[in-house]
Amino acid sequence: MSESLMPVTVKKLLFAFICIFFFSGYAVTGFASDIELNEAWKTLSTKNYNKKAHAIEVISQQNPPQTYPAFKAMLEGQLYFSRSGRQLFLMQESDDNYTFTPLFDIDGQPVTRENKRGFKKVRINNRLRTLIRKSLAIIQLQNKDADIRLAALDELLKNPQPESAELVRPIMEKEQDARVLAAMHTLLAIMKLDSDDEREQAEAIATLSESLNTSSINALSNYHAPNKQLDKKVKAAIKKINDKRELYAKAETVFFGLSLGSVLALSAIGLAITFGVMGIINMAHGELMMIGAYTTYVVQLLMPNHIGLSIVVAIPAAFIVSGLVGIAIERSVIRHLYGRPLETLLATFGVSLILQQAVRSIFSPLNRSVETPQWMSGAWHINEVLALTWNRFYIIIFCLIVFVALIMVMKKTALGLQVRAVSQNRKMARAMGVRSEWVDALTFGLGSGIAGLAGVALSLLTNVGPNLGQAYIIDSFMVVVFGGVGNLWGTLVAGMSLGVINKVLEPWAGAVLAKIIVLIFIILFIQKRPKGLFPQRGRAAED
Amino acid sequence: MTMSKLKKLAVVTLLTASTTLAWAADTIKVGVLHSLSGTMAISETTLKDTMLMLIDEQNKKGGLLGKKLEAVVVDPASNWPLFAEKARELISKDKVDVVFGCWTSVSRKSVLPVFEELNSILFYPVQYEGEESSKNVFYTGAAPNQQAIPAVDYLMNDLGVKRWVLAGTDYVYPRTTNKILKAYLMAKGVKEKDIMINYTPFGHSDWQSIVSDIKKFGSAGKKTAVVSTINGDANVPFYKELGNQGISAEDIPVVAFSVGEEELSGLDTKPLVGHLAAWNYFMSVESDENEEFIESWQKFIKNKKRVTNDPMEAHYIGFNMWVKAVEKAGTTDPAVVQNALIGVAVPNLSGGYSAMMPNHHITKPVLIGEIQKNGQFDIVWETTGLVPGDAWSDYLPGSRDLIADWRAPLSCGNYNVKSKKCSGQNY
Repeated sequence: MSESLMPVTVKKLLFAFICIFFFSGYAVTGFASDIELNEAWKTLSTKNYNKKAHAIEVISQQNPPQTYPAFKAMLEGQLYFSRSGRQLFLMQESDDNYTFTPLFDIDGQPVTRENKRGFKKVRINNRLRTLIRKSLAIIQLQNKDADIRLAALDELLKNPQPESAELVRPIMEKEQDARVLAAMHTLLAIMKLDSDDEREQAEAIATLSESLNTSSINALSNYHAPNKQLDKKVKAAIKKINDKRELYAKAETVFFGLSLGSVLALSAIGLAITFGVMGIINMAHGELMMIGAYTTYVVQLLMPNHIGLSIVVAIPAAFIVSGLVGIAIERSVIRHLYGRPLETLLATFGVSLILQQAVRSIFSPLNRSVETPQWMSGAWHINEVLALTWNRFYIIIFCLIVFVALIMVMKKTALGLQVRAVSQNRKMARAMGVRSEWVDALTFGLGSGIAGLAGVALSLLTNVGPNLGQAYIIDSFMVVVFGGVGNLWGTLVAGMSLGVINKVLEPWAGAVLAKIIVLIFIILFIQKRPKGLFPQRGRAAED
Repeated sequence: MTMSKLKKLAVVTLLTASTTLAWAADTIKVGVLHSLSGTMAISETTLKDTMLMLIDEQNKKGGLLGKKLEAVVVDPASNWPLFAEKARELISKDKVDVVFGCWTSVSRKSVLPVFEELNSILFYPVQYEGEESSKNVFYTGAAPNQQAIPAVDYLMNDLGVKRWVLAGTDYVYPRTTNKILKAYLMAKGVKEKDIMINYTPFGHSDWQSIVSDIKKFGSAGKKTAVVSTINGDANVPFYKELGNQGISAEDIPVVAFSVGEEELSGLDTKPLVGHLAAWNYFMSVESDENEEFIESWQKFIKNKKRVTNDPMEAHYIGFNMWVKAVEKAGTTDPAVVQNALIGVAVPNLSGGYSAMMPNHHITKPVLIGEIQKNGQFDIVWETTGLVPGDAWSDYLPGSRDLIADWRAPLSCGNYNVKSKKCSGQNY
């Protein structure tokens, strides 16, 4: 070690000493910064957030090798300290025990415990989190993974500072990834806006006008042009960015609309079968969705280590459970009331209350949480403005799959043929040997099962609680009536268009008014076309 | 669990029935008016259980004035007019001496005339919008100056927030609170264009565009925060959407006034870490009283994972205040107890004392907590002393000059200090 000491710079020397100090575990006195650093690590185990913030700044300035693992663990809530010695440990949680590895002695003997007694978490708050993220970003600028580098740059762009530009400049040449490079250019251009050279300023404006980042537009709006020419350029650049952003905002609104529409359509498709095809006003439809959602919850409880898979398992499970409950309702209540719509309405409303209270007694009135699997959380970042959330995206696709499957069942299978036959002319169908009672039960079960599928989707978006169904029953009826009773395509189109209309109205009318306007629109529409968007044609439609 | 609950219910009913018959004269009756079915059951069932526990504990200590306490539980089923009917039934038919109940402001407004007419006592345990002080109601939850205003101060001073989103559910509590907050922010020099107000219907579940709007509003280069008065059920999809659109607590913190431990227990809390809530009590408060309370609660409810929350503490304070006032007065006669209650001080769960003030509100500390991964709050800020509840806000034009003081000789819930008149309109 002594021979390598000679030619190195003071900085490296310092680093070597810090290494010696940490790896040997003994305090080397003499360097003020070491004492300061040592003090900083100790401060992390105290309660004062202001002192901790200072400590984090000290550590990230000196950047010892422990910084990265320690900061990362702190963000994850995995940095602990022992109550006795105030030593720092990295905590790893497994099924039934906790492993504590000393931070300054990674190769040392880890301590495994069944509980966390004797150890305390290093607590952080929002301010510290921001600080830590920023210093991590600086470290991660050199990461091998381009996505991590990009995230690090995004972090730096949130609050562009000359120091971060200095960090970025030397590593730019080596950068291969186009997205990262663009972000780097943006960061440097923001800094260039402050330069004295007017030509550089003009260049910076040109670069920033290509970027969609919010920091660029903020930097441009805060920029005071020294002359008219530049002022013109800045205004043009801002307009260009804003135009582009507006376009993407419109695309976003359409996506929001389609996703709301797919939820509406999904919850209405089941009803399109029971109400549309069979003519039963089923007020318990919402509760069948609720049962689907609770099934998802139970499936997740049964397989806590496979959250991602549990959703896939929940789909058939919810279909079967809700379908069976539906058949039970049909056999026990509805079959006695065919042809008496008012009584069906009241009876099924009663059933819905019974189901709600049953859920309250079994699962308690508190909401239950269904965990969103990893592959469904977060968003798909198309660019800096437009990001589509994964869960919504999958639900749109799920809705379309369910719809296509249902169309196939109705058009291509024997059951579908019999359902259509019974709904068109019950007597004739019976004369042809169709067991109409059996078909009724199965059709109702099919509609209920699809309600269960909608419940799976809803469990990922909203509360799983006893009131889940009530929130959707009105909307479902609205969609079916608007689309044309008895027409599956009508339901899909109606759901999607109501979703988009709602989302277009919402920004300027507000959520409450938007809903009212949509309702009034539907009432007026029904006045004009009582049979909805796609009325049934031919003899079957005659009442 | 269901069976044991049913059994418990059956036992309670039997006990109630038998005691009513045999010991009618020898018990003090306490009415519990919380919804056990319908939309509000989610929050109110817990409070009913809390009351049963407190009454049970008091009986173990030997009751009150030498008599046993007896809970009379009714279910107003989240139905506002039914609240008034059930309240009348409790007071006139069951002859209860005090009622603990209500959650939503609209249910309180619905029962208020009944309590005033029959001159009984209601303890109301939930944070509310203020602008009310009735002779017959004791408000143990927070008034806006005990929750909303300190929270905004924290965001402004400690986090340097410059732009504000006031998001709420469309009903009386958020609307009044936001009106007060807007007036307060404007008085502090915040410009109108830096305040965005948004209302959504009850149980709103599609937050995509609103969250996207908040994101846009918050990307103007100034630190932005959301002050949320969003009610119960709608919170889950709201926070889920925030997480999915990648808004973290460091970018845009959300401070909520209606999200507590119980709401979080039904939520996947990972995306919420760092968001804030302002309350007068958190389960994570470190004090002996709190540890004792949590222990007896989990034992009573037979669930080691059950959480405690702020309205439960309010009932704890309210019940103990009532017990103390009755002991002081030597009678349960509501008219006497009303006067005895003013000035009574009892320990709260955060290690201090809360006192009932002449305006029927209490003194409380204000705490700000950050949500943790385990669904608990980490207290990051608290007021140095106790904050007295203010019935009439100092920031609204109409109510600035009003005070409430139920001590003789003023005895008025709406006294105008300028015109020196008592309008008699207490709400």
